[in-house]
Amino acid sequence: MHTKTIEQLIQGLRAKEYSSVELTQHFLDRIAKHDPAINTVITLTAEQALQEAAAADKIIGSKDAPNLTGIPILHKDIFCTQGVKTSCASKMLDNFIAPYDATVVSKLRNAGTISMGKLNMDEFAMGASNETSFYGASKNPWDLECVPGGSSGGSAAAMAARLAAGSTGTDTGGSTRQPAAFCGITGLKPTYGLVSRWGMIAYASSLDQGGPMAISSECCAHLLQAMAGFDPKDSTSVQHEIPDYLADIKRPIKGLKIGLPKEFFTEKLDTNIAKVIDTAIKELEKLGAVIKEVSLPNIHLAIPTYYIIAPAECSSNLSRFDGVRYGYRCDDAKDLVDFYERTRSEGFGTEVKRRILIGTYVLSSTSFESYYRKAQKVRKLIANEYLNAFKEVDIIASPTAPEVAFKLGAKNTNPVDMYLRDIYTSSVNLAGIPAVSIPAGFVNNLPVGLQLIGNFFAESTILNAAHQYQLVTDWHQQVPTAFV
Amino acid sequence: MEWETVIGLEVHAQLNTKAKLFSGSATTYGAAPNTQACAVDLGLPGVLPVLNKEAVNLAIKFGLAVGADIQEKSAFDRKNYFYPDLPKGYQISQFFFPILRGGSIDIELEEGQSKTINITRAHLEEDAGKSVHDQFVKNTGIDLNRAGVPLLEIVSEPDMRSSAEAVAYLKALHALVKYIDICNGNMQEGSFRCDANVSVRPKGQKEFGTRAEIKNVNSFKFVEKAIEYEVARQIALIESGGTVVQETRLFDAQKGDTRSMRAKEEANDYRYFHDPDLPPLKVDIAMINTIKDNMPELPAAKLTRFMQEYELTDYEGKILTASKAMAEFYEQAVAATDKKYKLTANWIIGELSAALNKEAMEIEDAPLTAKQLGALMHRIEDNTVSNKLAKTVFEEMWATGKEPDQIIDEKGLRQVTDTAAIEKIIDQVFADNPNQLEQYRAGKDKLFGFFVGQVMKASQGKANPDQVNELLKKKL
Repeated sequence: MHTKTIEQLIQGLRAKEYSSVELTQHFLDRIAKHDPAINTVITLTAEQALQEAAAADKIIGSKDAPNLTGIPILHKDIFCTQGVKTSCASKMLDNFIAPYDATVVSKLRNAGTISMGKLNMDEFAMGASNETSFYGASKNPWDLECVPGGSSGGSAAAMAARLAAGSTGTDTGGSTRQPAAFCGITGLKPTYGLVSRWGMIAYASSLDQGGPMAISSECCAHLLQAMAGFDPKDSTSVQHEIPDYLADIKRPIKGLKIGLPKEFFTEKLDTNIAKVIDTAIKELEKLGAVIKEVSLPNIHLAIPTYYIIAPAECSSNLSRFDGVRYGYRCDDAKDLVDFYERTRSEGFGTEVKRRILIGTYVLSSTSFESYYRKAQKVRKLIANEYLNAFKEVDIIASPTAPEVAFKLGAKNTNPVDMYLRDIYTSSVNLAGIPAVSIPAGFVNNLPVGLQLIGNFFAESTILNAAHQYQLVTDWHQQVPTAFV
Repeated sequence: MEWETVIGLEVHAQLNTKAKLFSGSATTYGAAPNTQACAVDLGLPGVLPVLNKEAVNLAIKFGLAVGADIQEKSAFDRKNYFYPDLPKGYQISQFFFPILRGGSIDIELEEGQSKTINITRAHLEEDAGKSVHDQFVKNTGIDLNRAGVPLLEIVSEPDMRSSAEAVAYLKALHALVKYIDICNGNMQEGSFRCDANVSVRPKGQKEFGTRAEIKNVNSFKFVEKAIEYEVARQIALIESGGTVVQETRLFDAQKGDTRSMRAKEEANDYRYFHDPDLPPLKVDIAMINTIKDNMPELPAAKLTRFMQEYELTDYEGKILTASKAMAEFYEQAVAATDKKYKLTANWIIGELSAALNKEAMEIEDAPLTAKQLGALMHRIEDNTVSNKLAKTVFEEMWATGKEPDQIIDEKGLRQVTDTAAIEKIIDQVFADNPNQLEQYRAGKDKLFGFFVGQVMKASQGKANPDQVNELLKKKL
């Protein structure tokens, strides 16, 4: 059951080949058996899940049953879940039980899914390796000595290990796509404003976007269908008609124009990765896509721009974690300053503190103009370059990451080196456009991701290309040997 | 050396909305601590602000009232600092692009002069919560009922040159926000608060001196006292060879002095930046026009109308339009009479104002209603009571809140207008004072007043004075 797509599971449940309780129990058994090796689940809500599954079984097959009724999923622990610990993988929120549901959580519940628990991640979504989690790093199922990527590393690893039918992630600079690439699964970062941020703990508000992570783009389309939509509780949520993603992805892609930014395909690109991407592009060409070179001249500025804007917003967003109303609080504070200093020094991990410091610096009155203001200008420039490129092509393709999953601890001493890994992903967040990462092959027995970037609200277009590709390839069906 | 004072005021007016600026929580004053604070106000992880459009409407209303340039596009920024009653660790305000720029308010000075005080800008922002330091042993309580309540911060130009001008401006602004009903103006509850920027410079010098910002001057009297103390402090400091430093000072109402809170170097770096949770605020002409069409009458227009419609002098008009409540009181009172505009005006400016002043009361708190005062005016008008006895009725109304007719009846104050009854009293007075009568008839005209007095006295003041005069003349 665990290797089936969401579409297959929906059919199986409707045909009563198995019940939702059986399906849920099956995944819970897999979590019990396999998760100790990969450390993806922070909080398991087995009891609640089985109750919900039993309720789902009563309506499956009836016309009142929503599309995803009885499908067990897992949520990144950045989404608030009412009555369930929502930690953001931080000591700061280790004791925090959310009193409300994130819109993504309630929408997926309303669509019929069963939540089995909460997934590991980089602390407050800051990191690209999952190593910043207060609960210890998740491991890559393809190689337990390797990182699963981040920040949605728990989501990606859980999907690669087939611990649930789908999962949620969030993406601020590549946090759904890069772990998807590292773990050989499919991860989507939707257009900014398509998926509500209400109840999704903010890292960098102007960049954060929740998205689905699963074994195929068709699964992602199923999840996105439930997650997307205007939310009056999120002022940055966009009123946009939600297409029928499931129908749209079935279209042939003959004539689809795919752009390859020359800045992404230089001699600096690892030759093995380049080979995999090249093969994938050829596959798309076989399906009728037309390949064209495009240019994003200022794309090299994306990383410095990202690492000004994201920390700036994070330094402000994380100010609320002060120990006054909820969360971690230090013992025996001498005075107010001591209270703040120790609560925040003890409650946050190193990477989070590093970004808060960077952000505080770039927003300070003496640096604001030269850093933050300038970064905002470059951000606009980069967004415009994408829009210009989309006048010529429908999709832009690139590797998702410049390398495959690296060893745990390999980059702990060099954060900047870690930041540079966002080269293909962070510009997409700066522009606010959607992108999906799909498995496209292996290098050294580790998965390689192909990134397909679309124009605003072109989720159908990129998922369509991804789905058509997955119909003729089986990279997404590969399961790491230990998790078959 | 002669010194000149330069003052600019920053006023925080709490906008009269039912819900908070960015959440649905109620804004009612005085609720039990933290009963009007939702997840957004508490700054829980994952919550997001949604702008309350009504607050925007009220800000536009103010903009129209002061002739400000209402910005088609403004934006919200975060002001970052740590304080336990600031739940998010930042306040949402409008730093870079305020909704209103410019505008002005005319103030009245002594000797009938007026002066225009310019407004630099006004912007929307959320209030912080409240720290309670005196109710818990070794702990501070945090009440977040006020957190997120909408404020309009109105920043004046440094146009005022004395504490009297500053108070006049503050009063005019206070009256205006109540006039247009965007703020209840309650200073005790903190709905209308003021910080003063004060500096001095040698008279004739163009450049401004170094200013101190005085916080917490939350009554008209305190503004006056704080400014006067601060001006004297700065002058004494400079004259003794010192220099004024730019700093924030706190006014101590008990001691009547100001003391340093923090110097410029210690000031927070607020790290202002655009709030990514809120899209730019757009105001279109249709919105402005809708509000314009529903604007209440402004003080200047009301004054003109009062002078024309009620035939009042400029002096009377200004007093009666000084506040919306005063103007409403007058119009309601007048409506209960048969066009006794002057009489009613005189009574409000005279008796009523005196009584209010004596008790340090605002007209809103007067123990008698406008309708009741109008009813009393009507009784003067139809000769039921004399103007003099009406004062007795008024005092009783003030003390008991009873209707004037009830008081007149209970106290038997009804005026005697029956000619026969008055003649009977006159006859009695003549009989009791034969000597004076003789002298008068012998040509001592001055005694006429004596007879009037005697008749009024004998009638316990109830005889109609005009009739008494007339009948006396006839009989003498």
